[in-house]
Amino acid sequence: MSWTFFHKLGSPKWFYEISSKLLPWVAVFSLLMLAVGLVWGLVFAPEDYQQGNSFRIIYIHVPAAILAQSCYMMLAVAGVVGLVWRMKLADVALQCAAPIGAWMTLVALFTGSIWGKPTWGTYWEWDARLTSMLILLFLYFGIMALRMAISNRDTAAKATAVMAIVGVINIPIIKYSVDWWNTLHQPATFTITEKPAMPPEMWMPLLVMVLAFYGLFTLNLLMRMRLEVLRREHKTRWARAALESNT
Amino acid sequence: MRSVIWQLLQREWQLSWRRPGDVLNPLVFFAMVITLFPLAVGPEPQMLQRMASGVIWVAALLATLLSLDGLFRSDFEDGSLEQWVLSPHPLTLLVLVKVLHHWLMCGVLLVLLTPLLGTMLALPWSVIPVLCVTLLLGTAVLSLLGAIGAALTVGLKGGGSMLLALLILPLYIPVLILGTGTMDAALQGLPVQGYLLWMSCLAVLALSLSPLAIAAGLRIGVSE
Repeated sequence: MSWTFFHKLGSPKWFYEISSKLLPWVAVFSLLMLAVGLVWGLVFAPEDYQQGNSFRIIYIHVPAAILAQSCYMMLAVAGVVGLVWRMKLADVALQCAAPIGAWMTLVALFTGSIWGKPTWGTYWEWDARLTSMLILLFLYFGIMALRMAISNRDTAAKATAVMAIVGVINIPIIKYSVDWWNTLHQPATFTITEKPAMPPEMWMPLLVMVLAFYGLFTLNLLMRMRLEVLRREHKTRWARAALESNT
Repeated sequence: MRSVIWQLLQREWQLSWRRPGDVLNPLVFFAMVITLFPLAVGPEPQMLQRMASGVIWVAALLATLLSLDGLFRSDFEDGSLEQWVLSPHPLTLLVLVKVLHHWLMCGVLLVLLTPLLGTMLALPWSVIPVLCVTLLLGTAVLSLLGAIGAALTVGLKGGGSMLLALLILPLYIPVLILGTGTMDAALQGLPVQGYLLWMSCLAVLALSLSPLAIAAGLRIGVSE
């Protein structure tokens, strides 16, 4: 079997062309999902019998928390791809995804804290899931700081890739912290294998919101990566042509 | 191969004897941080006993972290690191010997100091052996994980000790939680075997996987 198609994926020029075709579709999909999910979740979903309307924050909190973790997994995968196949694009993806992941972790922590006050009676609790999410935020900061500290781009790329792979050992701890330690935070809202405990009117909009967040993440990542690719390749002919056709 | 390991250990041993300050500084730091706590929170034995294991663990963690910053620096500066990378012997093995020496010079000496500081913090004699065993296993993990960060930051100008802390402290947290959990169980008279097995599990995992990451980090640092 030929592996050349795989290497084509790593070409910045090819990425720039294909992403400009993808971008409108991703934008339409994610904005549509976001609109549907927000209206459905915040207006039409029934009130929770215990928590009243305050439960509605899960429509932001849960997608952000899911994304915060899968974004870190993506960093590690990009790190492996970058180290093994020496693809420049994998490093661009790693560099551009790290700040988005950090933002998602912050959003998850912040919304959780707002929700915690009326429900648990406290903004912050040293509970396993909360603390491990905070650690995830520090991991993101560490990767971003390492990238900023090393001036040589190739060295920085390899070093952050190694760091992303090493840090991945903390992800299962975050993921299963709720199952392993019986603490304040409730178990995972969504599992693929089991039927959700919520009624469909409540979890369907949540599912839509999760898809919307993944869409927005892809959109944001593609836009950041396109900018970074142009910045790195600004001396090549195709990048100049792309820049000139835009202005 | 065996002679290479032996020679490397001898070299490291001689180097640390020539500069005893590098060995003593983490120990003095460890003792001083622990001394600060009774001064800061008050000398009541009950409160000290309650905090003792946490204070000792955090102090051990910081002392290891500080001593790790220079782990590869002098070898990097005088070029011996490049010779390691170019040498026919596997780099993973060489770094493992280096980290082993660091653990002997830092972790094991901290553990030797612990019974004294533990009794000063009003820990009962019955839990001191447990504390020493967990610290012995834990500091090995701390040295191994920390060496990854030291390898990644070795090429940075102006010292990367702050960055090293930022990179490595999140990875230290599982060790800290397990270590203090063991002590809590021991203080309440509960069985600690399960905790000790988990600590050993972490140590074996770090021993087998982190040399790969350390070697990769050093290759990146040297290639710059």
